[in-house]
Amino acid sequence: MSSDWETVIGLEVHCELRTVTKLFCGCRNAFGDEPNTNICPVCLGLPGSLPVLNRQAVELAMRIGAALHCEVRGSIFHRKNYFYPDMPKDYQISQYDEPLNVNGSLELPDGTRIGIERAHMEEDTGKTTHVGTSGRIHGADFSLVDYNRAGVPLVEIVSRPDIRGAEQARTYVSELRAILVATGASDGKMEEGSLRVDANVSVHHPDEAFGTRCEIKNLNSLRSLGRAIDYEVRRQISVLEDGGRVVQETRHWNEDEGRTSSMRSKEEAYDYRYFPEPDLVPIDPPETWKAAVRESLPVLPAQRRRELAARAGMAPADVALLVELDLDALVTSAVALGADPRIAVNRAANEVAAALGSAPSLDPAAFATVCRMEAEGRLTATQAKAVLGELLVSGGDPVAIADARGFAPVDSGLVEAAVDDAIGADAAAWARYVAGEDKVAGMFVGKVMKATGGKADGGTVTAILQRKRSAAQA
Amino acid sequence: MTAVEIAADVRAGRRSAREVVEAHLARVAESDGEIHAFLHVDVDGALRAAGRVDDCVARGEDPGPLAGVPIALKDNLCTRGLPTTCASRILEGWLPPYTATAVQRVVERGAIPLGKTNLDEFAMGSSTENSAYGPTRNPRDLHRVPGGSSGGSAAAVAAGFAPLALGSDTGGSIRQPAALCGVVGVKPTYGAVSRYGLIAFASSLDQIGPFATTVADAALLLEAIAGPDPLDSTSWPEALPPIDVRADVAGLRVGLVRELSGEGIAPDVAARVAAAADALGAAGAKVDEVSVPGARYALSAYYLIAPAEASSNLARYDGVRYGLRVARDDISETYGATREQGFGAEVKRRIMLGTYALSAGYYDAYYGQAQRARTLLIRDFAAAYEQFDVLLSPTAPTTAFELGAKTADPLAMYLSDVCTIPTNLAGHPAISVPFGVGVDGLPIGVQVLAPALGEAVMFRVAAALEEMAP
Amino acid sequence: MAAPISRADAEHVARLARLELTAEELDRFTGQLAAVLEHASDVASLDTAGVPPTAHPLHLVNVLREDVVRPSLDRAEVLSMAPAAEGDRFRVPKILGDAP
Repeated sequence: MSSDWETVIGLEVHCELRTVTKLFCGCRNAFGDEPNTNICPVCLGLPGSLPVLNRQAVELAMRIGAALHCEVRGSIFHRKNYFYPDMPKDYQISQYDEPLNVNGSLELPDGTRIGIERAHMEEDTGKTTHVGTSGRIHGADFSLVDYNRAGVPLVEIVSRPDIRGAEQARTYVSELRAILVATGASDGKMEEGSLRVDANVSVHHPDEAFGTRCEIKNLNSLRSLGRAIDYEVRRQISVLEDGGRVVQETRHWNEDEGRTSSMRSKEEAYDYRYFPEPDLVPIDPPETWKAAVRESLPVLPAQRRRELAARAGMAPADVALLVELDLDALVTSAVALGADPRIAVNRAANEVAAALGSAPSLDPAAFATVCRMEAEGRLTATQAKAVLGELLVSGGDPVAIADARGFAPVDSGLVEAAVDDAIGADAAAWARYVAGEDKVAGMFVGKVMKATGGKADGGTVTAILQRKRSAAQA
Repeated sequence: MTAVEIAADVRAGRRSAREVVEAHLARVAESDGEIHAFLHVDVDGALRAAGRVDDCVARGEDPGPLAGVPIALKDNLCTRGLPTTCASRILEGWLPPYTATAVQRVVERGAIPLGKTNLDEFAMGSSTENSAYGPTRNPRDLHRVPGGSSGGSAAAVAAGFAPLALGSDTGGSIRQPAALCGVVGVKPTYGAVSRYGLIAFASSLDQIGPFATTVADAALLLEAIAGPDPLDSTSWPEALPPIDVRADVAGLRVGLVRELSGEGIAPDVAARVAAAADALGAAGAKVDEVSVPGARYALSAYYLIAPAEASSNLARYDGVRYGLRVARDDISETYGATREQGFGAEVKRRIMLGTYALSAGYYDAYYGQAQRARTLLIRDFAAAYEQFDVLLSPTAPTTAFELGAKTADPLAMYLSDVCTIPTNLAGHPAISVPFGVGVDGLPIGVQVLAPALGEAVMFRVAAALEEMAP
Repeated sequence: MAAPISRADAEHVARLARLELTAEELDRFTGQLAAVLEHASDVASLDTAGVPPTAHPLHLVNVLREDVVRPSLDRAEVLSMAPAAEGDRFRVPKILGDAP
């Protein structure tokens, strides 16, 4: 397989909105309730029923648009007509050529901008369960339908085909999820179906036009997304390299078998016969509402990365993990209390991050104190990690913990002497180190640590070795 | 007796609601075998409701402005616990779990539903011959149609089964049967009456409206059902301006619509409309001719827009959640067989027409173009209403035709709506008032049209016509 | 404008609309639809350049409701009207293929 293939990906993410009630009726919007208990004439599509739009759904949809830097416009609803048992009306109320949000963008942690074509509102469908020998749709004997989810508000976020690989696709969804959770629009629980992803994938040679794309529907985890894209890219390349052509179609990702399979036998697009929804009137949010939405936005991940990076004197991409783990507030507080930014970032990204989920929350003042102690040399790195470890498990006062463990600053003269002793005890090793064998330093550091009862700081010892080496080489 | 009179008697304790209802049910029992206005008569429910009204009066509480008045309900209005079939096999036996807002409002005001009346299946038709349960006959001549699609409601009022009835009007389905049966029928301004619980035919055209024997009764019923409804996004957010049914037309400017006269209108119908115009003139109105050019292609635009919306509204009848299911091995075949057997020919025809008009490649030429033609018609009406307060036209082009006369040619049937369709497209109100008879002694109705929310002036002219009717 | 509707067109439309028409119906409807569309050609020939479509006769915007729970229907009542139900869900014959 030749390697000069470029992958082009566009993602459509369906986000269930965190409203109390459904998009067009007052039924509860809740996951996991007993089947068919949150239904009414409207969401069941009973004859004579009519939709009425949920104000909070519009608010959240506008927040999503604002968070993705979209233009928020006057919009209307359209009917998308097709038959399927999970569709109570056999049409879906959606938005077509006059959607609420258009022309936005999303910034990935590494600074790459992915274009957002649109983010429109639509209603969700019910859920079908296929019953039969395999539990999958092929080979099912009959199906059972639960309409609790029918009518739940969705925002469909459509990216431009700016994504260039499975990894970037995963990062995009991760970042989008973080934004959606930050705005309060979504609970982000992909495992509950709060976010569902369809991927449009094509390949081409870098200097040629984009290739024919295939759509892979309903990828419900980052892992599936990555695996499915990888598979599909390999499949398309294989087809093209064999001299065939990629058929434009929708494909289904099979998690167990690890492959995509064709869903539709024909190459034609389905005729949805879109027309403006006559039972709803246009939404034209006044400027005051749009302004209020913009003002209500919390600080979003990209901005948090920029702010933390500036404080720590690092690149935004380097602090991305901290923002993702919601540890930026901790670091920012610690720095405000006098902690050295680089030490604070380092400890947070390593020791604190590792303890997340199993540790009680860490007091920013205590964290700041440990960082300061390390910066001042009152604690070595090893000692600082130990104190922090205890703070994460049982809280307390860092100074008291350090005292209890006998951590005290070590006299620098003693350390220097210990280094000299170690060098003197093994002249052959020292000669190799001076000649350039860096890894010999580790042996010397170990000896100094032993000699000082573990109180010397590893980094400081290494620095002393390097200084002496430079002097020896001069 | 009129609804106004019955309500006054019942409220004053001069008559019991029970006695009123029993008298009307007796008439139904006696004559509806022939006429077939009703698909379902709810004897127990009506008597229970009458009892509640009488108890209310006995307690000295206000039983409502329609107290004790029997009312017939078109069977495309959802009534909880009562069969609601839309005169279709596909909803045979369906009991809605909720009641239409308009029906709730009349019940809250003391009216007594007697039952559900016959219609053309899913309100598609102009003769009630498209009902899956057999046609309704015109009480004035049992060999003739009562009109449609609200033929059952029109006949129920004309036959004296109930002084009031509710129907629905999408292209003339209240006004045309009112004219053919010799009663009053009103299509309100679009949005004046909630559509929640009205089983949809064409969403941007449908309205629920009153049938009655007098203009005053029609106004009483309209005021009961009109008003904003939070369950209908398209309902007008303000109450209708009050309707004062006084027959005073002095100084009003009345325009005779040129495009709705002449060719296609039977001479005896044209004569009655001319007589009505003369009578209004004599009563102090200024009558003149007016052109509404868009009215010429309103029929065509309607027969693209209405079926298109209907094809989507009727997709839900798929055998999955309620109604008829003709089961096959898989769901797709089940859909096909259920809808093939559940829908009658006219419904299938319109679904086909509507699906075609919306389909890829044809949307712009058909549905899109029809919606633009609709805009032109609305502009033409606006221009006309700058010079006139109300417009005048025939309601139906002929008197009631014989059963079977037009069933062979759908297009011939569609032409029955040529005078009524324009107002549905514009969203304006209109009323049909009986004004004499034709050469065959059959009733003729004259149509008064008004601008949106112009019910007040429309009813004044209607009241005047009623007074002067031969 | 558009060509008159053919029988093949009618078959395609019947499929889209999930109507399993008989051959006789297809023949009859094709003819009747063609007649209606022919009559509707007066609309087709109108000059509507620059004329916006009317989707609603009213001019309302922003009709919204508050995000407050309203009572749902009783499941038993709803399922009692279902052509087929199993336990607490609607039952349908097997579905061949995913949603379009």
